[in-house]
Amino acid sequence: MSLEVNIKKKFRDFNLDVSFQTNGEYLGILGASGSGKSLTLKCIAGVETPDEGKIVLNKRVLYDSQNNINIIPQSRNIGYMFQNYALFPNMTAEENIGVGLKLSKKEKRIKVKELLNLFRLEDMGHKYPAQLSGGQQQRVALARIIAYEPDVLLLDEPFSALDSRLKSQLHTDFFDMLKLYKGEVLIVTHSKEEVYRFSENLALIENGTITGFGKTKEIFEHPKSLSEAKMIGCKNISTCEILSDNKILCRDWGLVLETESIPLNCKYIGIPSGNFEIVNEPGINTIECKLVNVIEEINEYTILFKNNKGNENSLLYFNINKETWDKKKSQDILYLKINDFYLLQ
Amino acid sequence: MDWSPMLISLKTASVSMVITFFLGIYAAKLVVGMKSDKARIFIDGILTLPLVLPPTVVGFFILIIFGVKRPVGRFLLDFLSVKIVFSWTATVIAAVIVSFPLMYRSARGALEQVDKNLIMAGRTLGMSERGIFWRVMMPLALPGIASGGVLAFARALGEFGATAMVAGNIANKTRTLPLAIYAEVAAGNMEDSYGYVALVVIISFIVLSLMNYFTIKGSKYTDKDVSK
Repeated sequence: MSLEVNIKKKFRDFNLDVSFQTNGEYLGILGASGSGKSLTLKCIAGVETPDEGKIVLNKRVLYDSQNNINIIPQSRNIGYMFQNYALFPNMTAEENIGVGLKLSKKEKRIKVKELLNLFRLEDMGHKYPAQLSGGQQQRVALARIIAYEPDVLLLDEPFSALDSRLKSQLHTDFFDMLKLYKGEVLIVTHSKEEVYRFSENLALIENGTITGFGKTKEIFEHPKSLSEAKMIGCKNISTCEILSDNKILCRDWGLVLETESIPLNCKYIGIPSGNFEIVNEPGINTIECKLVNVIEEINEYTILFKNNKGNENSLLYFNINKETWDKKKSQDILYLKINDFYLLQ
Repeated sequence: MDWSPMLISLKTASVSMVITFFLGIYAAKLVVGMKSDKARIFIDGILTLPLVLPPTVVGFFILIIFGVKRPVGRFLLDFLSVKIVFSWTATVIAAVIVSFPLMYRSARGALEQVDKNLIMAGRTLGMSERGIFWRVMMPLALPGIASGGVLAFARALGEFGATAMVAGNIANKTRTLPLAIYAEVAAGNMEDSYGYVALVVIISFIVLSLMNYFTIKGSKYTDKDVSK
């Protein structure tokens, strides 16, 4: 299973220019809204046409602007789950699931029944989409696509239409059901949590271009570029200057960090907000803090501080669980040791 | 009171509504599916024109096309022995042309309001374009289309100007309610026109109530209580 995408599409104030290749594992496409992720999926499914480029699925050319190939969506055999599920409101769950099946009436009835059972919708067959809960609608949408046995499954923000209260339960349910499908899956989302949980591979998309691509876990553990660090939610990012083999200056914080093997193309430093440790004395990679604010969150505190020794005004963020922060000795000076940081291109 | 104008009016409006209904949907489908914006604007303009033109101008064009001295009228007369002008058929033609834009525009609006994602979903699920139109777009647009049909009926019922020009005012043949009212008032028989006026008002009101009923019924798929 492989999907090769290399497409360009111009709009008045937006240019889509993406290229990537999948290898059969789940691929997550992470990006802010308006970054072109849904458009990319629509071009793959064939419901939007790119200006130029090439799309190849399992060696079958779906779109090739040079050779004037543009297979109609009906013949692409691609499953597309729309953001709002796009269930036909005038059809019952059963009718929705059976809508694309080219089978005899009897075979269709058997297949639809099988899918209703598989997706725990036994009693929902005769209900209209408006009578179903969000989770049920999602399952009908997935059943409808899987009934059609597509070569690849495209999921466009599968959870954005759902109540956030129900999301974590539905995440688990949904991905159990997704395992019923044995093909390739592309999932588009703006949620870091969703991609981290569900896709082995990750593509980052920003303003219509792919700005990062790799193994999800590696990108989250060690982002290599500024956009990767931003996308995974790293709040402390500074420009830097390499001082020597093992010393680097973070300009925004007026802070010198020591580490081994600094790559020459390192332009930014990122410090994950959870990677600080409260220590009692100054030392290597330790900041003497000037506290600015303590914000109480649900499960933790967000500590906003500055480097007391630096003249710069940029704030740093530090997240700490409540117990640890409350337990710390009220000392005059707060020292924070940086355990890990990212060297970014 | 002579009931023939009412019967002629109802017959004309009913027949013209059936014709307009299908023509309007077909035209709406064509225009909605057009890829070029320029072509769409042009065609839409032509199809909507009878709505804003004075009915006499519409009548003028009908005369130009179907007049017995014109090619089409000549052909119909010579080969099929059908004379359109000043016949009941002319009242239907006038009613169809004048009510067509209402049907077409209602149908177009209703079809365009169908969620584009549903159409795209239909395509990715392998449904043919025809299947998508009949099984998804039409059912969802039906309330709007039905109210367009009712509106077209009401407009056909009230048609006066074009009818007077192409069908005349022949009692028991082409004299519809609006023409009967005009004829009575013109002859100075105000009292005799009261019945006709009342009939037109009542029928039109019933028809408009029907239209509102269709519009309310239109929310059928969205207002259902969500069972938890």
